[in-house]
Amino acid sequence: MNIVICVKQVPDTETKIRVKDGQVDHSETKYVVNPYDEYAIEEGLRIKERMGEGTITLVSMGPERAKDALKSGLAVGAEEAIHLTDEAFEGSDPYATALILSKALQKLDYDIIFCGKQGVDEDHAQVGIILSELLDIPHVSVVTKLEISDDGKSILAHREVEGGHEVVEAPLPAVITAQKGLNEPRYASIKGIMAVKKKVIPEWNAEEIGVETTSVGLEAAKVSFVEVSLPPERESGKVFAEDPVQDAIKVAHLLRDEAKIL
Amino acid sequence: MFNPSLSDEQQALRELARRFARNEIAPIAAEADRIEEYPWDLVEKAHAIGLINVTVPEDCGGAGLGYFEDCLIAEELAAGCAGVYSSFVASTLGLTPLNIAASPEQMERLMKPFCAEPALAAFCLTEPGAGSDVSSVRTRARRDGDSYFLNGTKRFITNGGVARLYTVTATLDPELRHRGLVVLVVPSGSPGLTVGKKEEKMGQRAGDTREVIFEDVRVPVENLLGEEGDGFRLVMQTLDKIRAEVAAAAVGVARAAMEAALGYAKEREQFGRTIASFQAIQFKLADMAIKVEASRLLVWQAAWLADQGLRNSYESAIAKCFAADSAMEITTEAVQIFGGYGYVKEYPVEKYMRDAKLLQIYEGTNEIQRLVIARSMLK
Repeated sequence: MNIVICVKQVPDTETKIRVKDGQVDHSETKYVVNPYDEYAIEEGLRIKERMGEGTITLVSMGPERAKDALKSGLAVGAEEAIHLTDEAFEGSDPYATALILSKALQKLDYDIIFCGKQGVDEDHAQVGIILSELLDIPHVSVVTKLEISDDGKSILAHREVEGGHEVVEAPLPAVITAQKGLNEPRYASIKGIMAVKKKVIPEWNAEEIGVETTSVGLEAAKVSFVEVSLPPERESGKVFAEDPVQDAIKVAHLLRDEAKIL
Repeated sequence: MFNPSLSDEQQALRELARRFARNEIAPIAAEADRIEEYPWDLVEKAHAIGLINVTVPEDCGGAGLGYFEDCLIAEELAAGCAGVYSSFVASTLGLTPLNIAASPEQMERLMKPFCAEPALAAFCLTEPGAGSDVSSVRTRARRDGDSYFLNGTKRFITNGGVARLYTVTATLDPELRHRGLVVLVVPSGSPGLTVGKKEEKMGQRAGDTREVIFEDVRVPVENLLGEEGDGFRLVMQTLDKIRAEVAAAAVGVARAAMEAALGYAKEREQFGRTIASFQAIQFKLADMAIKVEASRLLVWQAAWLADQGLRNSYESAIAKCFAADSAMEITTEAVQIFGGYGYVKEYPVEKYMRDAKLLQIYEGTNEIQRLVIARSMLK
């Protein structure tokens, strides 16, 4: 089974976000593999282990530093990694990103494609789904449990929906977007880390995958950022400590009239 | 040339160890300290990803890494819990005489099966009357045909009760002093090998520290490392190799205490402002950073020398001494910054302080390290 996993490099969730000149200042950002993509990678590894065969190929679009995300995935057990990188890709919105990925994927054999359900940086939660449309294959998003049929031709996926679970059957190939709970990602092994050194990560640019540079990147973006700002600082709380009865009345009034939550 | 910038692999190794320490070790550290119980499942988890037996050659089931990488991992794991980590380093210590002196046959027979499963080793040197003074070892190894018979008691043996393999320093004849020493490999379960009660320690309480008692324990001559009389040199080489790793663990404890103190100082308010805004606290924090950074570079230098196959007794003694003393100072100051909260077990800093004390004592007291340094200067 050929398993392809789309990986995004995102700022570590512990990174302190700063805004400078109307943009997020990434000068001190530490980058990690998108946590939802870690579930995707783990699921790929488990499928391969369960079926006793298969190849896992990681694909990531991003600048030079995105290679580190691919290396992290190789260190946990993926066989191959491809880096989609081109100056023209910079600033791509979810549609353009999916377009680039779809072009690259057309050059690969795939039976199942995994993405994280969303990147934890800009939280669009769109790329996996658009990708499936562009490849004209089904997708199942926000998956928490996945079974593959014995003949390897279809899947049974449990997905989270408001207030419950939905169980969906789909033929393969299909795109699955991974939700927390799908599995518990393993650690890289020391052997895996040391073996990465010997692996070559090919770089594919716009020409290589046959994508028009005018249809991707910042210029072609269908989505643009109008403004970036930090959430307002939380105001300090009010303390009521005089008379319990009078305080309770005061609090009730404030909750109704000021906070408007009663 | 010594280069203090890390390669991609070294950074990834450090990141892996840091993640393991944060997710697996730190959350159970306080409880393991309280109940004095070794969290064995951590050995299994660490074994599965290769965080133990790090310096054992790959063809024997280890990771085949250098002492430098070993030190990167040591700092991270010890930052999670020094007690848990000491079991790992004590195991590496137990395996190091094999790494140095075992024949290919011994590596195949003794090391390979050991590394194949989650297991710890123990280094049995210290005795009631011998510690820093290695040549005073009184545990006897009596040769009889193709066997040695071991008799004696070892003291303060880390992993004493949980080890699968013991590397034991014994004497063929106490009159011969250091020339009479041998190092023998003794598997657990050997008839006559028993352990005493677990020591109740001030810090590093997760670790299993005990007396190990040998009563007519038969050890085949094939388990002798090197030649008869090689023991002293082998013990000294082993301690030289491991010293940097112990120093790295000290950096880990110190860094954990510094990070806790920094976090607390930025949150704790007094007189309407955070205590981090007071110069008295800022100076303490700055002193911590100075010592942590300096200790780490000393550790890296000593480990780098070991990897080059160069003698590092002087440099590793300086690293161990400075890092352990710094850890003691930093953890003490961390408790001070936390004030009353630092003195209670609700916060981790009092544990760091108790854990740090042992770093000045074991693996060659800091006094012995100073002797090594001074002798090297006066030579």
